[in-house]
Amino acid sequence: MIHTKGLTRTFRVKGETVEAVRGVDIDVERGELVAFLGPNGAGKSTSLRMLTTLLPPTSGTATVVGRDVVADPAGVRRRIGYIGQGNGAGHSQRVRDELICQGRSYGMDRTACHARADELLDSLDLRSLAKRTVSNLSGGQRRRLDIALGLMHHPELLFLDEPSTGMDPQNRANLWEHIQQVRENYGTTIFLTTHYLEEADTMAERVMVIDHGRVIADDTSARLKDDLAGDLITITVQDGEEAAQAAQTAERIASPHDVTVEGTAVRLRVTRGEAVLPEYLRALDAGGLKALTAEVRRPTLDDVFLALTGRSLRESGTAEQDGGKA
Amino acid sequence: MKLVTDTGIVFVREMRPVIRDPFSLIFSLGQPLVFLALFGPLLTGVPGMEQAAGGSVWQWFVPGILIMIGLFGTSMSGANLLWEMQTGAHERLLVTPLNRAALLVGRALKEIAPLVVQAAIIVVCVMPFGFRLYPLGALAGMLLLAVFGVGIGALSYALAIAAKNREWLFYGVQQTLLFPLLILSGMMLPLESGPGWLRALSNFNPLTYIVDAERALFAGDFSQPSVWQGALAAAVLAAVGLAVGIRSMRGSSG
Ligand SMILES: Nc1ncnc2c1ncn2[C@@H]1O[C@H](COP(=O)(O)OP(=O)(O)O)[C@@H](O)[C@H]1O
Ligand SMILES: [Mg+2]
Repeated sequence: MIHTKGLTRTFRVKGETVEAVRGVDIDVERGELVAFLGPNGAGKSTSLRMLTTLLPPTSGTATVVGRDVVADPAGVRRRIGYIGQGNGAGHSQRVRDELICQGRSYGMDRTACHARADELLDSLDLRSLAKRTVSNLSGGQRRRLDIALGLMHHPELLFLDEPSTGMDPQNRANLWEHIQQVRENYGTTIFLTTHYLEEADTMAERVMVIDHGRVIADDTSARLKDDLAGDLITITVQDGEEAAQAAQTAERIASPHDVTVEGTAVRLRVTRGEAVLPEYLRALDAGGLKALTAEVRRPTLDDVFLALTGRSLRESGTAEQDGGKA
Repeated sequence: MKLVTDTGIVFVREMRPVIRDPFSLIFSLGQPLVFLALFGPLLTGVPGMEQAAGGSVWQWFVPGILIMIGLFGTSMSGANLLWEMQTGAHERLLVTPLNRAALLVGRALKEIAPLVVQAAIIVVCVMPFGFRLYPLGALAGMLLLAVFGVGIGALSYALAIAAKNREWLFYGVQQTLLFPLLILSGMMLPLESGPGWLRALSNFNPLTYIVDAERALFAGDFSQPSVWQGALAAAVLAAVGLAVGIRSMRGSSG
């Protein structure tokens, strides 16, 4: 569905070159649901804008639904749907009119446009707003309309750029459900960008992590966590001295990625934490050390990002301007 | 064929807000009406004005005001596109298979509708004050105005695309060009009494010919050479505007 080789895009800003996307290779097959996860400024939107024919690549190639984005942009456009980062609906337009216009733009006939618009107005809970002017909608309502616009023509491949930005948790959950349904019902291939960990985690089977214009990891969420982060075991003991001993025991029995001691707490990263923990507790007992508390925590994608970059996505996700030039 | 269908889609989309909100059209007539009401009588009092105008001052002044509405209104229309570029609506349309030329032409053609309605209202308003209507000439005058509006509108859209995310640039260029074009066309005051250099400059202003043609047409006089000169100037303006506009639209990345 999507195949890119060495996709690169640079911008000139005030005499400086900004390398927004640096040699990205993407291979997505029909029916996949892939999340492009990275902090602000990582190059997600720029990548998407190249794949949707908005921006010509500086170098590299990209074929989308079998068409080259540079040689046959019109062919690509006919076959994809795109929900951009901004608001797709014109502010002076009415909700239903924009949907009809969107369908007409894809060559749907009037009857089909009206039927489809009604269907989407219902399923995205916009029915009562059909005659409203877009500028009078709330942020969340506008975002739902954007989604409806992108779905009007049943695209076989759908791109979404930060789809749930500006939505409250409930709307966000609804949106995820809706996207899953679209996929189940129509087998739509979905490629979305996000800087929300939860979104990537809940939605996608496959996560591509992008940072500073490069893809730095690409696998299922579960495998990324196992391979790159591992489970986090935390135990607490009586005092610092015991903690140091407990850390030594840990090094001996498991082969942890890393062990840290903080006060009376010992933390170790291991694969299959649920199997390691009982064994570890027995070893501590045998060594005469008494664990007061013990827990295993499954890693999050943030742990994965931290392991990959040394930074937390939660922090870098908010530092917008910082992401820019780096 | 796709070009025609797609132009229709874009045109209808642009027209909807205009039709839904016709009052904004009438309100935007405020300025030209004030001009007519205050500037017109002033002109009548200027010595030698009747002569220069070749009869009724209204007959001379009103066609100029029509071109002025066209210039002011349509040169601003790029601001709508600028706004849609900021919100993301333009980007969305660019990703649809809509023909790129249609994205520009549909918008530019929409300029005609408000222009013709406004011009008709102005003409109706001045008729009680002794403005004589020559139906055939007026019709041709409206057509000239429409072609002119398409050209300026297209250029305004091209300017908006070039100014992307820099509103100040759009308004700066638009405002800077507006008044020289206005004054150097003899729209407000006859150029005959101006200094030679000013008249020389005005010869390079396509609007000069369009204004002259508009006056001849609204006087019902098709025989003057200014008629074909003005028609040619408007046609060239529209052709250049559309060519530049379509080129910009092709290169637009939202
Ligand atoms: N049109 C542009 N002109 C200049 N720089 C840009 C442009 N678009 C994006 N950039 C820069 O490219 C980098 C990647 O941006 P973007 O793709 O929008 O990131 P993301 O979507 O992951 O937040 C950023 O440093 C951004 O400032
Ligand atoms: Mg982005």
